[in-house]
Amino acid sequence: MKIVVPLKQVPDLVEDLELNDDGTGLDYEYLKMKLNEWDDHALEEAILTKEAGDAEVIAVALDGEDVDKMLFTALAKGADKAVKITGANPYAGNHEMAKVLANAISGMSPDLVLVGVQSAGDSDGWLAPLLAAHLGMPSVSVVTGLQVSGNTATVHKEYSGGIMAEFDVELPGVIGIQAARQTPRYAPVSKVRQIQQSATIEEVAAGDLGDVVTSTVEEMKHPEKGGGAKMLSDVEEIVEVLKEKGVA
Amino acid sequence: MGDILVVAEHLNGQLDEATFELIGMANGLGNTVVALIGGTDEMVSQLGAASKVVKVDAAADFNPESYGAALGAVADTVNPQVVLTTGSSMGMELANSLSAQKNWPLAVAATGVSANGSVKAQAALFGGKIIATTDLGSGPCIVAVVGGSAPADAGRKEGSPAVETVDAPAGAGKVHFKKLIMPESADVDITTKDVLVAIGRGIGSKDDIEVAEELAEALDAAVAASRPIIDAGWLPKSRQVGKSGLKVKPKVYIALGISGAPEHLEGMKNSSTIIAINSDKNAPIFDVAHYGMVADLFDVVEELTEALD
Repeated sequence: MKIVVPLKQVPDLVEDLELNDDGTGLDYEYLKMKLNEWDDHALEEAILTKEAGDAEVIAVALDGEDVDKMLFTALAKGADKAVKITGANPYAGNHEMAKVLANAISGMSPDLVLVGVQSAGDSDGWLAPLLAAHLGMPSVSVVTGLQVSGNTATVHKEYSGGIMAEFDVELPGVIGIQAARQTPRYAPVSKVRQIQQSATIEEVAAGDLGDVVTSTVEEMKHPEKGGGAKMLSDVEEIVEVLKEKGVA
Repeated sequence: MGDILVVAEHLNGQLDEATFELIGMANGLGNTVVALIGGTDEMVSQLGAASKVVKVDAAADFNPESYGAALGAVADTVNPQVVLTTGSSMGMELANSLSAQKNWPLAVAATGVSANGSVKAQAALFGGKIIATTDLGSGPCIVAVVGGSAPADAGRKEGSPAVETVDAPAGAGKVHFKKLIMPESADVDITTKDVLVAIGRGIGSKDDIEVAEELAEALDAAVAASRPIIDAGWLPKSRQVGKSGLKVKPKVYIALGISGAPEHLEGMKNSSTIIAINSDKNAPIFDVAHYGMVADLFDVVEELTEALD
């Protein structure tokens, strides 16, 4: 079985997010980027599936700053192959990214594509269903439980209030992963360095994208401050509030 | 001005509150038509604030594939300017499916929509740290709206709107609904507590949850949490507050080390009083909190617990 996992870098939200000069997007030049945490869960689920049976895991990413390191880290965690797509915009919206990935992935004939259900900057949709549409595959997103048996993936999709639904998906299919069965594993730096010496990253060129439906982000800004919380400076003030509300 | 197509959402035989929020929003934009897929006549009678309901007879249980195809068929008969879906696990599947089927532009995580000539959506992105305005053109287009973005009362009205029925398309038939899995009964019901002590990523480790439990004990409160704590397996799912967890409205909600991502805010922003303690002064939680303190949560919690004893 062949499992493809697209990986994407997103800004580290712990840092301040600087905007570009015309205020239509982030200024990526100074941003600290990291692997989208939901993609990390998708990769973990792929590696767990491989460990439970027999599968080849291929990590795929659009070329960009520090992408090699991200792909070598995926190999260190247990992916079998890493592929980099060149000549595409790594900060593109999901409609465009879905098309770039579909061009690259369709030739790999995957049985399963595991995608992080969302990423911090998603403004035009989810990657999994958009990618599935281009690949002509079924898809289910917000999945926390995945079990593959023959040509069927049995998945648990989360709803609100802790309710879940179980679906059988006929493969090949695309699954949007919310959380892996266990916390994503960590690859020690020494192992990543070692892989870096021995492994190679395959490169494929982004194919023709044709027309991509996009929405235009006209303005980005930081939320206005001021209308928010009354700031307290010591614990006594918190006690006062609790007493005032009749709970202490 | 074109029609606004609201996609109704239901689970377990009940219309979701978010459906009424969407109808209220839609009525401010144009003529509201509701798409009801797999719903009942009883649900139709609750959609009196819409001018028309387009109904597809389908299985009562949501299926991203067949419901997606059904929405495509409804959109063909309505020809809407804007399609509004919820931002939930179901609504997002339908919004994406429709965008892919029709090549219509889509904006997600929306908290507001306007349609004066061109359709514009406002959204909270990057964990709520950025507010973006997206131009979707003159329509048709799709907007997935975050729960709680508009009052539900404005769109909730008994009545008997005109009903048109559309046949369900065959669909690809590759996704099969098996069953609903209800949550295990909880040791503590966090929706009934007057006070909640909620922890987020800032708590750092499982062992440190103890300090939150001690504070909770001093306040006769329960410990709740944001998603990362549940995913890490540190607390059971029954303690999760937010979009995919529970919605809570305690008298006092104390948020410890919770940044305030939109998914979390959806579950707690209607609490009577919110007190947030976070070491990041820019954390979005301070925008919804009534009281805030920029501090190390462990210092505060320890001192607070002592002061209350």
